[in-house]
Amino acid sequence: MQPFTKLTGIAAPLPMINVDTDKIIPAKWLKTIKRTGLGVALFETLRYADDGSERPEFVLNRAPYRSASILIAGDNFGCGSSREHAPWALLDFGIRCVIAPSFADIFHNNCFKNGILPVVLPKEQVDLLTREATEAGDPTFTIDLERQEIVRPTGNAVLKFAVDPHKKHCLLHGLDDIGQTMQRQSMIDGFEAKQRLAAPWLYREVA
Amino acid sequence: MAGPRTLFDKIWDAHLVDQQADGTCLIYIDRHLVHEVTSPQAFEGLRQTGRRVRRPEATLAVPDHNVPTTDRSQGIAEDQSRIQIETLQQNCRDFGVPLFDVTDIRQGIVHIIGPEQGFTLPGMTIVCGDSHTSTHGAFGALAFGIGTSEVEHVLATQTLYQTRPRNMRITVSGELPFGVTAKDVILAIIGTIGTGGGTGYVIEYAGEVIRGLSMAGRMTICNMSIEAGARAGLIAPDEVTFDYIKGRPMAPKGGAFEQAVQMWRQLPSDEGARYEKEVTLAAAEIEPQVTWGTSPQDVVPITGRVPRPEAEADPNRRSAMERSLDYMGLEPGLPMTEIRIDKVFVGSCTNGRIEDLRAAAKVISGKRVAPHVQAMVVPGSGLVKHQAEEEGLDRIFIEAGFEWREAGCSMCLGMNPDQLKPGERCASTSNRNFEGRQGKGGRTHLVSPAMAAAAAVAGHIADVRKFV
Repeated sequence: MQPFTKLTGIAAPLPMINVDTDKIIPAKWLKTIKRTGLGVALFETLRYADDGSERPEFVLNRAPYRSASILIAGDNFGCGSSREHAPWALLDFGIRCVIAPSFADIFHNNCFKNGILPVVLPKEQVDLLTREATEAGDPTFTIDLERQEIVRPTGNAVLKFAVDPHKKHCLLHGLDDIGQTMQRQSMIDGFEAKQRLAAPWLYREVA
Repeated sequence: MAGPRTLFDKIWDAHLVDQQADGTCLIYIDRHLVHEVTSPQAFEGLRQTGRRVRRPEATLAVPDHNVPTTDRSQGIAEDQSRIQIETLQQNCRDFGVPLFDVTDIRQGIVHIIGPEQGFTLPGMTIVCGDSHTSTHGAFGALAFGIGTSEVEHVLATQTLYQTRPRNMRITVSGELPFGVTAKDVILAIIGTIGTGGGTGYVIEYAGEVIRGLSMAGRMTICNMSIEAGARAGLIAPDEVTFDYIKGRPMAPKGGAFEQAVQMWRQLPSDEGARYEKEVTLAAAEIEPQVTWGTSPQDVVPITGRVPRPEAEADPNRRSAMERSLDYMGLEPGLPMTEIRIDKVFVGSCTNGRIEDLRAAAKVISGKRVAPHVQAMVVPGSGLVKHQAEEEGLDRIFIEAGFEWREAGCSMCLGMNPDQLKPGERCASTSNRNFEGRQGKGGRTHLVSPAMAAAAAVAGHIADVRKFV
């Protein structure tokens, strides 16, 4: 996983609530057996008309947001399906950070596994950033994960954000969870030995 | 473990392998369900790092999302779908994971077959790369959906890193009125707490109504917990649960079953256990429900009307409503029963069990599907289909004009050829009415199986209470 330390880039405002994972990437793209190449289908129905041409009114089809690496979204972003294709599509497009008042749990988790930082801020602050991203001549923001700060294009005071310490650590260093867990092998062995005594039926052959 | 604990607390505490200073928990996963869509990249990850599956016997794979529901004996025509299913077959062979393949009678939707086989048991932790894993909570198992990276993590280590969710209890008191089913109860709950109302929580469902439901009804309720944003849904196991499990192929037998039941009886929440959030609904006030918009929270009683966005104070919510109504092609103020439909879908992990098929068959028995409506039944598993045929339900459906299909996820998510065309309107027993969910431009109204059957006959959204 690519580490996330400090990101400077264009922020695109997408002030819609309940953007579900079907909207982020429709099911027909889930037939792939790869993680890459999904950026072209990100927000497909919002981004393209029926004939495949771009909808000029959609934010990611407009300059300078076409090259956005930050998305400022509405409440409950990423609700619905557990498909990791949603963060894969964002990443493949170039989005490394999503800011919203709230996220759906599974999507929120999936972001961290892919080097994407989801930032939760109070709604008033998200509204403020949405306005700045819309109105600033150059809507370039900097997201500093180490300091947990958002630097704004207006030069106004930085905004602080909270992040789970374990997830922050993994993002900063691009750590593979599985490798870390493998080092706890003896703990897992110990757990299984105890559980096998307490609930032996959990260890019967199941198929 | 001081103080009274909830059902959730007990399962969580019993699966804690390690807790770090910052509160991050490593929890043990007892059972892992795998399907073709969210697993290929996980197996590929294992291959690249030379890792194996830690407990293949605690894992069960089945193709469901992407399989056609028409005759499959000649293989799958669509290239990408076939490749994805062949990839699952190859991965199961390479890593020793048990597989119910496409032509196996036990094949079906992953959340239907787990309970059906006795793979799902009370007190377990169960995961799957699918958000509707919450279904298994009906057994008093902590079950939740995960992404593909976490699928790989569970395959390799049989554990997951998690932060401890909070406890919520939703009590449905009283007695369900005539014509009101589990599906109506959960839709009413989502309408009450909203699609983000359960975010960060595990919801325990309680009260007389929940206790009085069959396992099928309980699964319908827990299934849609994710539509309220909850990590998982839970219902305390009781005699109904134990009776359901007894004799299932993968359930413990004889003395082991008795020993297991003894432990399962300790699972229900202790008197005085604390919930961070409590919600109560009176069953008497719940009517048959139907959605009007593009979020499961966009729901009204069947006697209601399409709502008016201008009555909504929150501007974000108002614009979302306007967008929904535009997408759905509906005028504010229209009575729900005047909405004409093109298709009916009975099936999915929400409502694809034998009880659901019986409920729909009861409504259509001796009647005909309206001439302009195309209706289909997709049983949740090969075994559900077989049982329905034993009971003669297939004849009732076919004679009424329904199509009788093979098991799978089908039109619930429109990955296989079963899709709505742009502008087509469907009364569906599935779980999501998102834009494009059942096919690009398709319009979904979520209802119970009995309501879907009533709509099929009437040709428009209809009140099932006038049909039985």
